[in-house]
Amino acid sequence: MFKSIYNYFSDIYTAVRSLLTGMKVTGHYVFHPKEIITQQYPENRDELKMFDRFRGEVVMLHDENNEHKCTGCSACDVACPNGTIEIISDWEINEEGKKKKIIDKFVYHLQMCTMCGLCIPACPTDAIVMSEDFEHAVFDRSKLTKVLNKPGSKIMDGIK
Amino acid sequence: MNELKTGLETQEYFINMGPQHPSTHGVLRLMLTLDGEIIKNVEPHLGYIHRSIEKMCEKDQYRMIIHLTDRMDYLSCHINNEAVCLAIEKALEVEMTDRIKVIRTIIDELTRLSSHQLWWGVMGMDLGAITSFLYGFRDRELITDIFEETCGARLTMNYNIPGGLMFDIHPNFQKRTKEFITHFKKKLPEYDDLLSNNVIFKQRTQGIGYLSKEDAISYGVTGPSGRASGFSCDVRKLEPYMAYDRVDFKEILSTEGDCYARYKVRIAEMWESLSIIEQLIDNIPEGDFQVPTKKVIKLPKGEFYQRVETARGELGVYIVSEGKVSPYRVKFRSPGFSTLSAMNKMATGFKIADLVAIMSTIDLVIPDIDR
Amino acid sequence: MNRLILKINIYDFTPLTQAIHDALSESFSPGITTLIEMVIIGIAFITLFTILGLVMVYAERKVAALFQQRLGPMRVGFFGTAQTIADAIKLLLKEPLMTKNADKFLFNLAPFFVIIASFLAIAAVPFAKGLQALDFNIGLFYIVAVSSLGVIGILLAGWSSNNKYSLIGSMRSGAQIVSYELSVGLSLLTMVVLTGTLQLSEIIESQQDGWWIFKGHIPAFIAFIVFLVASTAELNRGPFDLAEAESELTAGFHTEYSGMKFSFFFLAEFVNLFIVAAIGATVFLGGWMPFHLGNWEGFNLIMDFVPPIFWFLAKVSFIIFIIMWFKWTFPRLRIDQLLTLEWKYLLPINLVNIVVMAFIAMQGWHF
Ligand code: SF4
Ligand code: SF4
Repeated sequence: MFKSIYNYFSDIYTAVRSLLTGMKVTGHYVFHPKEIITQQYPENRDELKMFDRFRGEVVMLHDENNEHKCTGCSACDVACPNGTIEIISDWEINEEGKKKKIIDKFVYHLQMCTMCGLCIPACPTDAIVMSEDFEHAVFDRSKLTKVLNKPGSKIMDGIK
Repeated sequence: MNELKTGLETQEYFINMGPQHPSTHGVLRLMLTLDGEIIKNVEPHLGYIHRSIEKMCEKDQYRMIIHLTDRMDYLSCHINNEAVCLAIEKALEVEMTDRIKVIRTIIDELTRLSSHQLWWGVMGMDLGAITSFLYGFRDRELITDIFEETCGARLTMNYNIPGGLMFDIHPNFQKRTKEFITHFKKKLPEYDDLLSNNVIFKQRTQGIGYLSKEDAISYGVTGPSGRASGFSCDVRKLEPYMAYDRVDFKEILSTEGDCYARYKVRIAEMWESLSIIEQLIDNIPEGDFQVPTKKVIKLPKGEFYQRVETARGELGVYIVSEGKVSPYRVKFRSPGFSTLSAMNKMATGFKIADLVAIMSTIDLVIPDIDR
Repeated sequence: MNRLILKINIYDFTPLTQAIHDALSESFSPGITTLIEMVIIGIAFITLFTILGLVMVYAERKVAALFQQRLGPMRVGFFGTAQTIADAIKLLLKEPLMTKNADKFLFNLAPFFVIIASFLAIAAVPFAKGLQALDFNIGLFYIVAVSSLGVIGILLAGWSSNNKYSLIGSMRSGAQIVSYELSVGLSLLTMVVLTGTLQLSEIIESQQDGWWIFKGHIPAFIAFIVFLVASTAELNRGPFDLAEAESELTAGFHTEYSGMKFSFFFLAEFVNLFIVAAIGATVFLGGWMPFHLGNWEGFNLIMDFVPPIFWFLAKVSFIIFIIMWFKWTFPRLRIDQLLTLEWKYLLPINLVNIVVMAFIAMQGWHF
């Protein structure tokens, strides 16, 4: 009898205490607004810096002479699990009169890319890298299909 | 079925929980047979997010399979990757360097932690304490930062490759991980204050969704859910892979088998994971982060199986190879699928509100079930 | 008109209302005067509802954000202040949907039930001295009675939606409100034992020399806690939001409502929160009475300087904050635990509390 009465009140006591501890935790944050963790995107675009390894999308590096390193060997195409990369190649006749394979278009289907990063190590000439850009949203699906080599770009000298 | 004394005739009725429902965390459809609010039967219907990953594996080369496993149980993606890698490495009979082993183990445990943090937040939210959701994500954010810096992605990392790791760890990796540990050791007691010791939470979970050890074994419920029923099933202990044989950790077991036990096991696992990381983080051996493999991997003819412990339980990878560049057949034994099968056993006789608690404590990830 | 402006006194609204009444009676017959007055009050309350809705939804969001270490709405207007206005416009523009085979009449009627119940209740709330639409001798009883009318709207909504989730939600809500109504009533009754009157203005006057929560010793404090818990339950707010329980029943009784009809439920929830806080402030915290400390004349004078309406709003905000604090901390109860809490804990405590309080009042031990 007394035992059960005692239990009744000790139950209430522990219950109220546990509830108050919980309230203390949440209450702490109300009065410490400095600990707020959310940020305001896109206002913070300038400070927002992704880590350099971040895999945003595949881009092709071009130097200041508008030259890239891609030989059109299709190794990245083969390594890609999703058929994201499509190489449309062309033939060029060089000074010695020999035919040489070059890329006409390096087509990259962003909508099919899983950002797995397998194409990057596959490239023998390090022509492509992953950029840190993560804002991929566009209004038209056709904009997702990108041509990575810039118009008029050439292959760098000495890249085989 | 029930004829009350008043002569009022009552009827069982059906309710469709899902495919779109806030607490199924994905597109799972549960057909509930209810008597009032009491659950008479739960029938899960699967297939709403089936992407035929196993079939896709058959056309892919071995390297390419790995990024598909990211999309199964996306919360323990690194561990999924590792399972495939280990199976392939076993078949190729290449030995990993110590560095690879230790780094993989650390990232495994970080993945487990981040998965459990998310689970904790979502568990609170399912039971109506929305604030815990944001606290869980607050702490998880630090881990995703570590992943982003070292592995290059926040969720689907694809950091493992057959024969090692895609890159070496980032120079900041150790510093950041230690910062995270100090931060999280302060925040983990907060989890207890907010939910574990809360009287409402205890009432909602204690004695709910009981699963006996026998049932856990016969349904194949593994991971924290199985261990809460007393089923010692930690692959890290049973068949230590990577660096698990050189760290000191406890397998958390509980015998209650109810929702609260499952909850407690996961919380205790977070402490264990923290201690595993602490033991390893300062002792990452020097060495290569990749063991050279052939450019196009061909497995020898045969069948290969590897199991690992993901955040949800035992993940098995079964590869049948015919000696070609892609496997003949790949089968994943996913923990969520088996755990879900025990749902009816756990939920029958409880209320709708309890079903939500049960679903949270078995920690379902739907893409893991459907694949 | 000038006469009216002269009468505006922020410390006491009686001259103003009296002057309006006199001015109207001069030119109209008594019947029409009452009618015009009712229209004025009606318009005033509709405006108040809108403002309350806008302010309180914003406050809830910001408070929730603070609890959760977030910033909350920041984009529309300065610090997101215009967010609720944007939301209100969005709700107005939404298409009102209805499920097939829903009971059209009841479905459309339900939101009005809910909102009218809060309209009726707010009429008796004393905002400041002389600023109260209805002040009759059973004010407290009246508020408790009409505020429970809202549950009929919830039951109707759940029944007529032709959705099982809604039905379960509304049935839970029915069970919940019927039980917790008791605790709210009894905890208020505990204080009525002290005040000896049900008239709200007199209850406030009786707290001239100190608020009841201080004057009534421990029983008053217990009554206050019980009142807070029970009224949170009556409001269907977390942790007692079983009727909505979004993780169990998607949105409970208002699953099928959209647009304006949904916003009626939403608005009623917040207005009811205000009303509950107002009753709590009136009965326990002295309504619009300033805070006085014994014989500290200077201190009391400064306190008197703050207009009563601000005192009232401050106390109301305090109680609202506590109720929000509950919501953003605790997990939800299950229906049977909810009833256990009421019948096994709150009710017996309440009954004992009343007896103790009656004893104290009889002996005159209160201050
Ligand atoms: S990141 Fe992966 S999916 Fe994308 S293009 Fe490269 S290999 Fe293909
Ligand atoms: S990007 Fe590299 S791998 Fe791809 S076609 Fe060009 S050179 Fe070959």
